[in-house]
Amino acid sequence: MNIDFSKEELEFQQQVRQWFTDNLPADLKEKNRVGLSLSKEEIVGWQKKLNEKGWLAITWPEEYGGPGWTPTQRYIFDMERARAGAPVGISMGIVMLGPVLQAFGTQEQKDRYLPRILSCEDWWCQGYSEPGAGSDLASLKTEMVADGDEYVINGAKIWTTYAHYANWCFCLVRTNKEVKKQAGISFVLIPMDAPGITVRPIVSIDGEHHLNEVFFDDVRVPKENLVGQEGQGWTVAKYLLTHERTTIAGVADSKVTLQGIKEMAAKTIANDRPLSQHESLELKIAETEIDLLALEYTNFRTLAATAAGKGPGAESSILKINGTEIQQALSELMVDLAAYQAAPFNTESAMGPPEFKQSLARYNFLRASTIYGGSHEIQKNVITKMILGLS
Amino acid sequence: MDFSLSDEQRIIKEAAEKFIAKDYTFDARNKIISSDEGMSRETWQQFADFGWLGIALPEEVGGYGGSMIETMIITEALGSAMVIEPFLSTVVMCASLIQQAGNSTQKEELLPKIIEGNLLLSLAFVEEQSRYNLADVATSAEKSGDDYVINGTKVVALGAPWADKLILSVRTSGNRTDTSGISLFLINKSAPGVTCTDYALADGSQGANILLENVSVSKDALIGELDQGLTILEDVIDRATAALCADALGAMEACFKKTLEYVKTRKQFDVAIGSFQVLQHRVVDMFTAVESSRSMAYMVSMKINVDDAIERKKAVSAAKAHIGKHARFVSQQAVQLHGGIGMTEELDIGHYFRRLTLFCRLFGSTEYHIERFAKFSQI
Repeated sequence: MNIDFSKEELEFQQQVRQWFTDNLPADLKEKNRVGLSLSKEEIVGWQKKLNEKGWLAITWPEEYGGPGWTPTQRYIFDMERARAGAPVGISMGIVMLGPVLQAFGTQEQKDRYLPRILSCEDWWCQGYSEPGAGSDLASLKTEMVADGDEYVINGAKIWTTYAHYANWCFCLVRTNKEVKKQAGISFVLIPMDAPGITVRPIVSIDGEHHLNEVFFDDVRVPKENLVGQEGQGWTVAKYLLTHERTTIAGVADSKVTLQGIKEMAAKTIANDRPLSQHESLELKIAETEIDLLALEYTNFRTLAATAAGKGPGAESSILKINGTEIQQALSELMVDLAAYQAAPFNTESAMGPPEFKQSLARYNFLRASTIYGGSHEIQKNVITKMILGLS
Repeated sequence: MDFSLSDEQRIIKEAAEKFIAKDYTFDARNKIISSDEGMSRETWQQFADFGWLGIALPEEVGGYGGSMIETMIITEALGSAMVIEPFLSTVVMCASLIQQAGNSTQKEELLPKIIEGNLLLSLAFVEEQSRYNLADVATSAEKSGDDYVINGTKVVALGAPWADKLILSVRTSGNRTDTSGISLFLINKSAPGVTCTDYALADGSQGANILLENVSVSKDALIGELDQGLTILEDVIDRATAALCADALGAMEACFKKTLEYVKTRKQFDVAIGSFQVLQHRVVDMFTAVESSRSMAYMVSMKINVDDAIERKKAVSAAKAHIGKHARFVSQQAVQLHGGIGMTEELDIGHYFRRLTLFCRLFGSTEYHIERFAKFSQI
């Protein structure tokens, strides 16, 4: 048993580290460090730079323009990415749609959409959740009916991250109400400039606009926009859940966040000593660091299993539960360090370091991490059924 | 033993609850926050008409003559509707400070105006480096003839953007963290050399940084004895902490009730999500957290006036630590159980979450108060 990287992997690590040192813009790094939102232009600019190097779609195989890395290489890349202070990849096209098209798309769909994802010409958003379909996603009601060579879509999607930036949306829609609810769902691609689409911004409790509600009112798309077969949408969506998710735990970013917390604790003086020597804070930081170390080793075990061809199944629920709890704990620690300096909200005029000024917004934002992508309660249901065999 | 309210107290409670339900809805509150001033002078005048602005002041200055129990009846109601008007800073902090330590001239001049609703104040006691230590005061007041000249910066002065006057903690002798040598001065916010930088706080209310550059005040502006301000400040912050605990209780109870209602009505998997046992038990935990917090709010409302300073401080820290711990749990779970909609500014739940998150850090964090309790509790 060992956790050493091979000689080749270590060389790869050096190469990645060097590239980030040479290529990550300083202003992007600073915004990411403090937890400020990046603009659309900043995100796209950075993704284009990664794509020029061939490192944007790190989970894609070579034939589609990915680097064809092993799970361990992807893990190393993510570690170095976080270490360098670069933002985590948020492209729904890369993370979600690419693997779906590669597995279920027609040749024509692959040829048409995949290159435009890589070149960042298209920004994709995800239309899954609905006001009445959250944890119970399969109860979704947005309806799609055939009309000649076209489909007509009516309904609403919610929590659509960056719908206001997107020019395309991949959606789960209901095409059959007569069958079991999972069997009546289809996966379709919708251009956001289609007549009948309205995007309503939703401001979240960090005071920022990331989320939207998207309304579809007699929106027409050609039938060729269907991915897979009618009624196959649930299978397509579930495929993504079992797709490689060795970075779902967020270990790399949490390690960097923890380091930032330790630095702030060491340099903030109160009662004539650094906060890192205030026992209650010191112990809380240490306890979180221990939890993070345990998560890192759980993640290593998953990684080793994946590298050995045993893809992570329901175990990724463990990574998600522990990973998001640690992210939340870390964000709360920064608020604890900030004390009164966390109180001013979304203001430049307050005093104190940017880490403290941004801390409460970050803490607020991360409350969503145990809700999105399958809530804590749903993850525990998965473990209950899939691992423990209880039902 | 009797935990019931007197008839007079019940009348205050019912009036407060009626006002909240009718005049301080979530929509009304949003309108107030987005107004130019960010608070409602009309609401403030209503508070004056209700007699709330003098609730704990003696009858001879025009007050109601109530105790901390009456104050907490009001702050609980204010918390339940997340009221942003500066009741805490003007009434609970500054008016009670003047009543406790002011001379007769100061009381006669200031208290009636506060009671009538014509004078708003803010207590500026936090500095960038001070954290929760009230004795950490770098802002200095140097004697110059019969006057004092004040220099320094205060941060996060609650309600200061709306205040006419400020009460400052300043150092008149000794080193930065000495417990003696702190004095309290009353100044006009419009005095030469005072620069306020206003900003919104996480709960929708407002605070300010106050830059003091060669601000000249007469010795008449001193409240209490020279160099002896810390004890007064500690008493005031303890009372404010107790009142804020009731505010948090009101917010927690509202969170709990709204979440209970939500799990009864929100359907997923063809049933109300409240039919899932894991969520039932979570709501039970929220309920017990609220009940336990209520006990502590009552406890501190009765103990805040005992003569034994240690017993008083223990009571305050016990209440703040206990209610802080449970406020964190209740507010986090209220968001979690509401799911995505709980994460938005559109629903009140997220606003309760922010108010309770702020509560946990005002006047000392949970950890700070556990440590303070431990210090006073040793045998």
